[in-house]
Amino acid sequence: MTVDFAKFPDEHGHFGPYGGIFAPETLMAALEQLNQEYQSLKNDPAFLNELNDDLRDYVGRPTPLYYAKRWSESLGGAKIYLKREDLNHTGAHKVNNTIGQALLAKRLGKTRIIAETGAGQHGVASATVAARLGLECVVYMGADDVVRQAPNVARMKMLGATVVAVESGTRTLKDALNEAMRDWVTNVDNTFYIIGTAAGPHPYPAMVRDFQAIIGREAREQILEKEGKLPDALVACVGGGSNAIGLFHEFLPDEGVAIYGVEAAGHGIETGEHAAPLCAGKPGVLHGNRTYLMQDEHGQIVGTHSISAGLDYPGVGPEHAWLKDIGRANYVAINDEEALQGFRDLTKYEGIIPALESSHAIAYATKLAPTMSADQIIIVNLSGRGDKDMNTIAQIEGFEF
Amino acid sequence: MSRIQKTLSALKAQGKTALVPYVTAGDPRPNATVALMHKLVEKGADMIELGVPFSDPMADGPVIQKAVERALEHNVSLDDVLEYVRAFREKDNETPIILMGYLNPIEAEGYEAFASAASSVGVDGVLTVDMPPEESMGYFEALNQVGLDRIFLVSPTTPESRLAAVNQKGSGFVYYVSLKGVTGSNELDAADVARQIERLQDKMDMPMGIGFGIRNGENAYQMAQLGDAVIVGSALVSLIEANAHCDLYEIELALGEKMTEFRAAIDRADALNVQE
Repeated sequence: MTVDFAKFPDEHGHFGPYGGIFAPETLMAALEQLNQEYQSLKNDPAFLNELNDDLRDYVGRPTPLYYAKRWSESLGGAKIYLKREDLNHTGAHKVNNTIGQALLAKRLGKTRIIAETGAGQHGVASATVAARLGLECVVYMGADDVVRQAPNVARMKMLGATVVAVESGTRTLKDALNEAMRDWVTNVDNTFYIIGTAAGPHPYPAMVRDFQAIIGREAREQILEKEGKLPDALVACVGGGSNAIGLFHEFLPDEGVAIYGVEAAGHGIETGEHAAPLCAGKPGVLHGNRTYLMQDEHGQIVGTHSISAGLDYPGVGPEHAWLKDIGRANYVAINDEEALQGFRDLTKYEGIIPALESSHAIAYATKLAPTMSADQIIIVNLSGRGDKDMNTIAQIEGFEF
Repeated sequence: MSRIQKTLSALKAQGKTALVPYVTAGDPRPNATVALMHKLVEKGADMIELGVPFSDPMADGPVIQKAVERALEHNVSLDDVLEYVRAFREKDNETPIILMGYLNPIEAEGYEAFASAASSVGVDGVLTVDMPPEESMGYFEALNQVGLDRIFLVSPTTPESRLAAVNQKGSGFVYYVSLKGVTGSNELDAADVARQIERLQDKMDMPMGIGFGIRNGENAYQMAQLGDAVIVGSALVSLIEANAHCDLYEIELALGEKMTEFRAAIDRADALNVQE
């Protein structure tokens, strides 16, 4: 493959036909300013030093690359390593990005931070950095998600954030994003919008990817140190796709590394009740970028279903759409039941309780590993921990919580 | 010259400001729309802005969000909206119609297929909220090909550097967003709008429409002194909401009353201009 991945997106934010800036006029100036500021800072040594200090001393990076020996052996086949993003401060990969964007917000002189959240991990990570910098923070969250991710709502409130339950539309992540955009249009002068995934108008997909790419940079170094060679496959769950692009990006030029993004098949792709736009959607424009979307024949966005709130989104980051089209990454889907089994397996064999989002990646690895040989290596991105999902799990498993 | 351009230049020649009401197509139910459009014209509309329902109207406030939800309960599609326009044109071949909405329903249809269908039923212009002049991939060209006007929003935050692109790719008129916020927000600052319009006027070769946040006669009176067209949306749509379950007659009555208030205020402002 002769694609120079470092050259994407282009200066207008395009990954092939995807990405771009499809935003209301009121935001165009703010996006341009953000882009300029980001382009000038992303190679600025002082900025990068500040970011790296925060990632080391506040977030706790580097995160370990852990050989899940007992789980691997139970499956028979490839050795599986887990990139332990669940060990970050706040419990998921989301904080890698919020730390970076918060530094930008500070440089731009913004006093107020807004964020959308699905599972609540990005909301918590945003509330956390806002608390640390003394900024006002408002988090938009679908009303249904407020219920199913109650522990994270409590954390956000504890951290001083205002959590707004969004009652419009399907009451999930996409509606939270709409409402955050409306807030930003209204308060653009003093407000910085921290988008949590590698989607939205340019420069967000590139910027979020760059802040998350530390996952892959560390993993590459760590696996070379432990095994003396690159992995044979990468596996990560894909909602908007920030943890996945974070792991994948560093490995894109390594042709021998197979890449698997795992979408949420919900009740099953064939039922239509899922959140798998790359597997079963088609291209369109939503939330500021062109990408694969779940939509009907008239271009209306359709409701999604996934057991995990963080994957319950009808779009996906534009770089994933492009990687699919050019064949560099494979996108597959795991249904609710399979994800739950992945959740149980990892808990049982390794004493690690994964987030339901990450459990989709775990479940796909359980299918992939037995098809590979014992000298082959899979890296699974364990993007977050499962504490936040205890309500959902307690209901399903029928125990008191 | 397009129907929009003709209408605006004829009004300008008479020293008049255009009144442009917005309603969401299919709100509160599909069979109301054509009748409501005729009623708007009867009560003084010079052009009509017809909203195309989209599941994720991220630049709209709660009033229009709910209107869109009412329309989508009836599965109103872009095809349906074009059908309402066709039906409206059976009795009215004069009043320009502008479709306002989001890009994805148009993408689903295909740019060229949409442009040709819209033009053939009698649409005059298209305002696509999430399609800035920089992102085109042939969209504006497709509209231009069939003579549809491209209406762009300009906001208080639009930098000078972007005005040239709007002026070059736009046609018909420029829609000045009179406040930072979503549709229906309510903090209109007339002095600020006046400063902004002054900044824009010599950079634009098109008439200026002003909209967002014009709720009553007083707002309309102030804006009519500044722009060539006054666009009113949420103030009307909230009356449709209040009467959503009533007979069509009741909705027409409520809309008609509000339109009369706007029309009188604008005419009062126009008379003032003539005296000057």
